[in-house]
Amino acid sequence: MKIRIKFKKYGVMKFIGHLDMMRYFQKAVRRAGIDIAYSEGFSPHQVMSFAAPLGVGVTSDGEYLDIEVKTTKSSAESISALNSAMVEGVEVVSYIKLEDHAKTAMSVVAAADYYLYGKSGSELTLTLSELQAKLREFYEEQAEIPITKKTKKGEKTMDLKRLIYEFSVSEQDRLPVFFLKVCTGSTDNVKPQLVLEAFYKFLGFTFEEALFQIHRLEVYAADENGGFRPLGEMGEEIE
Amino acid sequence: MIQLALSDEILMAVDKPARYIGNEWNMVKKDLNDVDIRFVLCFPDVYEIGMSHLGIQILYDMFNKRGDVYCERVYSPWPDLHKIMKEKRIPLFSLETQQPVKTADFLGITIQYEMCYTNILQILDLSDIPFFAKERAQGDPIVIGGGPCVYNPEPLADFFDLFYIGEGETSYDALFDLYKEMKAEGRSRDEFLFAAAKIPGIYVPSLYKTDYKEDGTIASFGPVREGVPVKIKKQVVTDLSGSVYPTKPLVPFIKATQDRVVLEIQRGCIRGCRFCQAGMIYRPNREKNIEVLKAYASEMLKNTGHEEISLSSLSSSDYTDLKELVSFLIDHFKKDGVNISLPSLRIDAFSLDVMSKVQDIRKSSLTFAPEAGSQRMRDVINKGLTEEVILDGAGLAFEGGWQKVKLYFMLGLPTETTEDMQAIAELANKIAVRYYEIPKERRNGKCQITISTSFFVPKPFTPFQWAGMYDRDSYLARAKVVNDAVKAQLNRKSIKYNWHEADVTVLEGILARGDRRIGQALLRVYEKGGIFDSWTEFFDRERWLEAFEECGIDLDFYTTRARSFDEILPWDFIDAGVSKAFLIREWERAMEAKVTPNCRIKCSACGGMQYKGGVCYENKNKI
Repeated sequence: MKIRIKFKKYGVMKFIGHLDMMRYFQKAVRRAGIDIAYSEGFSPHQVMSFAAPLGVGVTSDGEYLDIEVKTTKSSAESISALNSAMVEGVEVVSYIKLEDHAKTAMSVVAAADYYLYGKSGSELTLTLSELQAKLREFYEEQAEIPITKKTKKGEKTMDLKRLIYEFSVSEQDRLPVFFLKVCTGSTDNVKPQLVLEAFYKFLGFTFEEALFQIHRLEVYAADENGGFRPLGEMGEEIE
Repeated sequence: MIQLALSDEILMAVDKPARYIGNEWNMVKKDLNDVDIRFVLCFPDVYEIGMSHLGIQILYDMFNKRGDVYCERVYSPWPDLHKIMKEKRIPLFSLETQQPVKTADFLGITIQYEMCYTNILQILDLSDIPFFAKERAQGDPIVIGGGPCVYNPEPLADFFDLFYIGEGETSYDALFDLYKEMKAEGRSRDEFLFAAAKIPGIYVPSLYKTDYKEDGTIASFGPVREGVPVKIKKQVVTDLSGSVYPTKPLVPFIKATQDRVVLEIQRGCIRGCRFCQAGMIYRPNREKNIEVLKAYASEMLKNTGHEEISLSSLSSSDYTDLKELVSFLIDHFKKDGVNISLPSLRIDAFSLDVMSKVQDIRKSSLTFAPEAGSQRMRDVINKGLTEEVILDGAGLAFEGGWQKVKLYFMLGLPTETTEDMQAIAELANKIAVRYYEIPKERRNGKCQITISTSFFVPKPFTPFQWAGMYDRDSYLARAKVVNDAVKAQLNRKSIKYNWHEADVTVLEGILARGDRRIGQALLRVYEKGGIFDSWTEFFDRERWLEAFEECGIDLDFYTTRARSFDEILPWDFIDAGVSKAFLIREWERAMEAKVTPNCRIKCSACGGMQYKGGVCYENKNKI
């Protein structure tokens, strides 16, 4: 039986990287008494996969992992069992059953929403309306947003525009707050800081990542109508 | 949620920020207003190593069981963070409360190996606690040391207020009760230290004085005040089965060296290898009851979620109920995807059968630790392993499908001759010959035999504590003898030889058997930038040699010089259970290459019986 788990990651847990989160969940699932399935072979491992790696330092309200279980209790009981095995800073919020032929979260990830909260020191010399005008100029009025991205094989030029689905800015306590919906997944993965770097360059500024708290809100799969559907809405509650 | 001591910016800049945030599963949280004593427990090495240490987990659990004590942890900041903390003057903090170490009542440091001594100074420095105990003021934490290296605490004597000699389970309660009482009464630091000196196992170095002879050896050593004990008696848990054990150990986020449930099956060893300090200082050997162990195994796997369980002991094969325990672990946990790891097993039909069940034969290698190549040398060190047993074990393993063998030896042992060194290569060759006796169609290509040698360092409270060491060049010459001998073997293509560097050996020798005069040189090394000296990438030999020279310390006096039986050794004030008479008898038997039977076969009256437990009393009630 395929199960999708959604969790939040916050506080000091943002310093735990993706691979360590996987190790953390492997142990937590055992502590919670989830009847997880193991692979065949001499050294069996749990059938578990994460939707989209989250960078170190980033917090999130919408992280997903898929597991396969032999038997399961109800969603409510499983969430409660898992949360009793969680440290502060990780909270399981949903546990749903997927269809048997469902593809893994990892293979269907298409987009993610982010907030980038400016910390003290990130104040800009522009007013909010000036900034919003510049953002329109950058995102809506440019036909292409070419950037060069460093890869393992060298540098690669790509058009950022087609990979940004939404981009806006607001203000909170005089500090900038950016919202982004960007392409996510194994083929064209866009880190939000990459977009901000390009935008700040466009403004004639330098983007300093240390001055922002990046927060992921939700991760989506593409739906049939060309839109996006949260990964957590692709299965059913277990009664 | 807790406010971290380090900013996001710093944590994002350093390698593995998870080392500094705490919050691990099973971390104990307490309200500081509810406790009387804050004890910061330190393993002076990087987090991943410190977190793997069983002793820390035992003490953490035991201290925190007391409602009035909060035990927090600290590990050595890695050099990247060390630099930032020094530059920005950030005080060292505990993982639990993220509060400066300096604000705690105690800083307890476990001292597991000599090359971590500079890291102890790093901890004091970053905590802003004065290096020297005599310079500490009323509000500074009481700095207490424990662990195997405190069987000769003298090189570190100036830096510690107290040392705890022996197993932590016995006397800490008395120490905490005393501290709490005296703190409430508003008594001074000195008054507390004086009172603490009377607690069994507690050594207060500032209350003792050493005088030296002209030749540099010790003329006298003893208390400077009336009422301070002359001898400090090692503390031992008599009933190990009934003693505290951490059934909810901390589970780190990042991969630690020991990423598994550790089940301590016994303490001490019945074997009595003459080079082995652990085999002497943890006497008497005490086994834990198998039913207790079974219950711990289930509980700990459940409480941690670990996917592996490992047995811990100096010689697992000597545990009486090993077969039953291992069958239990396999039957109960293997189906749940739990790996079972069995270190320190003697290679025989039973262990091979077990290993074939718990590991992939093609990938795993077998480990033998003959420690010496020739039978004569093995008899000198009392390693009761014969060539026949080794070859039979290897033969069984090869027939069972294994083809990788690791062999561990020591070089530089007392009485060692060129023939003894060459015998290492010859033994490896004989093992290879045994492999090629198997018909070709049943073999899986070549066998791989890896020889590793380390250089022997004489340790306090072993029969070899009087032995002279060699200098660096002689050590390397010994490794060359082995290397040349390996190259001369028929099966040389199946044998690989690795040897350890000799620089560290010489320094370990100085620190292991040094006296109080060594402390000043340690501080020099630290001031010259020495930290993480147990890591080859940070170790700098020149720094150490310069420091010793500047302090006028003669290396040969501490290393190559053989001691006589009547010399006062720096650690003689400790009663480690084994008597000097026994150690001398064992030294003499070593010189005659005579093997001494193990504790279960025949008692050798080492002195361990005074602790009223363990192997010394086995079968005593059954007659």
